[in-house]
Amino acid sequence: MAQVQAKPGVPAARIARQAPGAPTLARPTPQSNPDPALNGAQMTGAEAIIRSLECAGATDVFGIPGGAILPTYDPLMDSQKLRHILVRHEQGAGHAAQGYAHATGKVGVCIATSGPGATNLVTPIADANMDSIPMVAITGQVGAAMIGTDAFQEADIVGITAPITKHNVLVTDPAEIPKAIAEAFYIASHGRPGPVLVDIAKSAQQATTTFQWPGRIELPGFNNGARPHQKTIQEAARLLATARRPVLYVGGGVIRAGASEGLRKLVDLSGAAVVTTLMARGALPDSHPQHLGMPGMHGTVAAVASMQKADLVVSLGARFDDRVTGALNSFAPHATIVHADIDPAEIGKNRAVDVPIVGDLKDVFAALVPALAAEHERHGKPDLEAWWAQLDDWRSTYALGYTPTNDQLSSPQHVIQRLGELNDPDRTIYTAGVGQHQMWASQFIKYEHPNTWINSGGLGTMGFSVPAAMGAQVGAPDKQVWAIDGDGCFQMTNQELVTCAINEIPIKVAIINNSSLGMVRQWQTLFYDQRYSNTDLHTGHGTRRVPDFVKLAEAMGCVGLRCESDADVDATIKRANEIDDQPVVVDFTVSRDAMVWPMVAAGKSNDEIQYAKGIAPQWDRED
Amino acid sequence: MTKHTLSVLVENKPGVLARVAGLFSRRAFNIHSLAVGQTEHPEISRITVVVDVDELPLEQVTKQLNKLVHVLKIVELEEGRSVQRDLLLVKVRADARQRTDVLQIVDLFRAHVVDVSTDSVVIEAVGTPDKLEALLAALAPHDVREIVQSGTVAIGRGARSITERALDRVATA
Repeated sequence: MAQVQAKPGVPAARIARQAPGAPTLARPTPQSNPDPALNGAQMTGAEAIIRSLECAGATDVFGIPGGAILPTYDPLMDSQKLRHILVRHEQGAGHAAQGYAHATGKVGVCIATSGPGATNLVTPIADANMDSIPMVAITGQVGAAMIGTDAFQEADIVGITAPITKHNVLVTDPAEIPKAIAEAFYIASHGRPGPVLVDIAKSAQQATTTFQWPGRIELPGFNNGARPHQKTIQEAARLLATARRPVLYVGGGVIRAGASEGLRKLVDLSGAAVVTTLMARGALPDSHPQHLGMPGMHGTVAAVASMQKADLVVSLGARFDDRVTGALNSFAPHATIVHADIDPAEIGKNRAVDVPIVGDLKDVFAALVPALAAEHERHGKPDLEAWWAQLDDWRSTYALGYTPTNDQLSSPQHVIQRLGELNDPDRTIYTAGVGQHQMWASQFIKYEHPNTWINSGGLGTMGFSVPAAMGAQVGAPDKQVWAIDGDGCFQMTNQELVTCAINEIPIKVAIINNSSLGMVRQWQTLFYDQRYSNTDLHTGHGTRRVPDFVKLAEAMGCVGLRCESDADVDATIKRANEIDDQPVVVDFTVSRDAMVWPMVAAGKSNDEIQYAKGIAPQWDRED
Repeated sequence: MTKHTLSVLVENKPGVLARVAGLFSRRAFNIHSLAVGQTEHPEISRITVVVDVDELPLEQVTKQLNKLVHVLKIVELEEGRSVQRDLLLVKVRADARQRTDVLQIVDLFRAHVVDVSTDSVVIEAVGTPDKLEALLAALAPHDVREIVQSGTVAIGRGARSITERALDRVATA
């Protein structure tokens, strides 16, 4: 009997001790906020859903009613605590819940009916699962007696979403509703966050039950995250104190953990180079002198090169995604790897790890910073001068930039850069779709705070931007929310601008309109002989402009603006920023020939990064 | 690739088996066999999974399994330190002429005949996969009509139960 895989974090021992009784491991529910008068009250299952959402601390929910969830929408109408935003498509509800969760750190909530309502949530659920976003999806299900009969609008949404949720459950007994919802909120927000779906049969919504909000959460098999092990913390500190070419590889986990402050302390104390992944932009201010920018396929040369040449990579809430590592077998070939993550399954998943640290990053920083300080006291600070001379050389030689295209049209990079420069980083949240505009938004906007950059990283969901911006704006009404979108992405989910207009959610949308599916077109330019198969969208310069985004915006109750030249960019952004009582859509028509650089081609080694087309950095000048 | 036997303790909730099996297929692991049943606690079921997999991916799939909310614990049972058994039922055509031959094989493998008709017998055998394979090889010359096999079930040797083991581990940690 080789290994006993007890779960880190507690359960094994407790289970053992409690056997042969029912295995229980009780924990308090921190979000729970029950009205004592509620417990024991008679009500319908539908009302129990509403009371449970209130007890769980939800204040804003996004959804659309339909047959199987209809009973729940009746008591929802009378709720004093829940604001329901009626979206125009369930996918919009899901992404809005994600944007809301991202901006607030709270659990995002979306509601849909059975069948097509529920399946329309699949994409946002998968997205939240990939990017570890705490979200609870409530779906109606056909009546319990009809389950399995191919009833009208029946879909096995629990089966469909099992691989893409952190957990999900079908409820057919109304008495189980409060417990199921309490557990859903707990699971979604504890340990590594993620989406939880609660599917509730219509018959359970209609039946009468006695409301009982659980005082404790009993989930014996749930891994809440371990405390970091002191031994591995010591080892990590020793490595950081002695490495000559250290890099902190910061991932989205730092943002989810709310651990930016701790990160800042570690950065300042260690003197190490820092890279922030697409999911971690804003975790450390871009203005920080040790920040080299984003690593990966479209990362800065300095960020990519730093890991390729590093002797120590300390991964903090990152997961060695293929878009960061390039060809895995040549990623950071000289580096000792320290990997800290709350999810033990991430450790060693893609890259073998020398020092594994499992734990909440807040705890990791709280332990690692003093441990490193003690190492410094004993052995002095490491001499990183040569390393920084090298890094600074890369930074200045291969700084982020762009060359305007030959067609005299506006540069998308210029538009995005000016958005970043004209907006106040302290009060602006940016969302993005997926593609070229997303990469440029990540590269050219300087983020100074966590949770000010919201995008779809892992799943790469086109159409994320507008509904996510809506959710972020609902969660952060005092912030200015700019959705940076592509003309392709925008056409996937723009219907939520109607929701924004009607509910006075004044988001701003910058369509970076290059009249094509830009990133795909870029790959066709580079790898498919400039054969532009099905990437032309006819929305930009010299086309019929179908649809006309300005007219479309106006039809949806928004202000529509158009900007066609670099000279008008600043004035248009300022004009958009002056409008705060209505959503604004700006159609920035730009060149379609602009490309995202630097680039590591898919499947290639990071050593083969190109600074611009045909220009490879000269690594060995200094070596 | 080598065979590994995992005992997975799960809460006895609807859909748990599908989740566990789904996780193996999603991560592209081949399940060699799978058996599930209640344990001494009605709330807990025990799934025995035999997988063909290398050490490193096994660790990954174990960690992923541990993330399932209804999975309580996973233990790998090594062959030498556990008892591993399959159940086999075979229907063989055996009229008066062949019956003696078939019954000799049954005796040789300490199997049992659990059903007899004029021209067939059903044989029940319990054993390791190797033993059952040998039995099937011995029966091969005869007219085998139907075979059904359970997945492997396995339990550690010695007095300790899996839960006690977990306790020990915590005590020595």
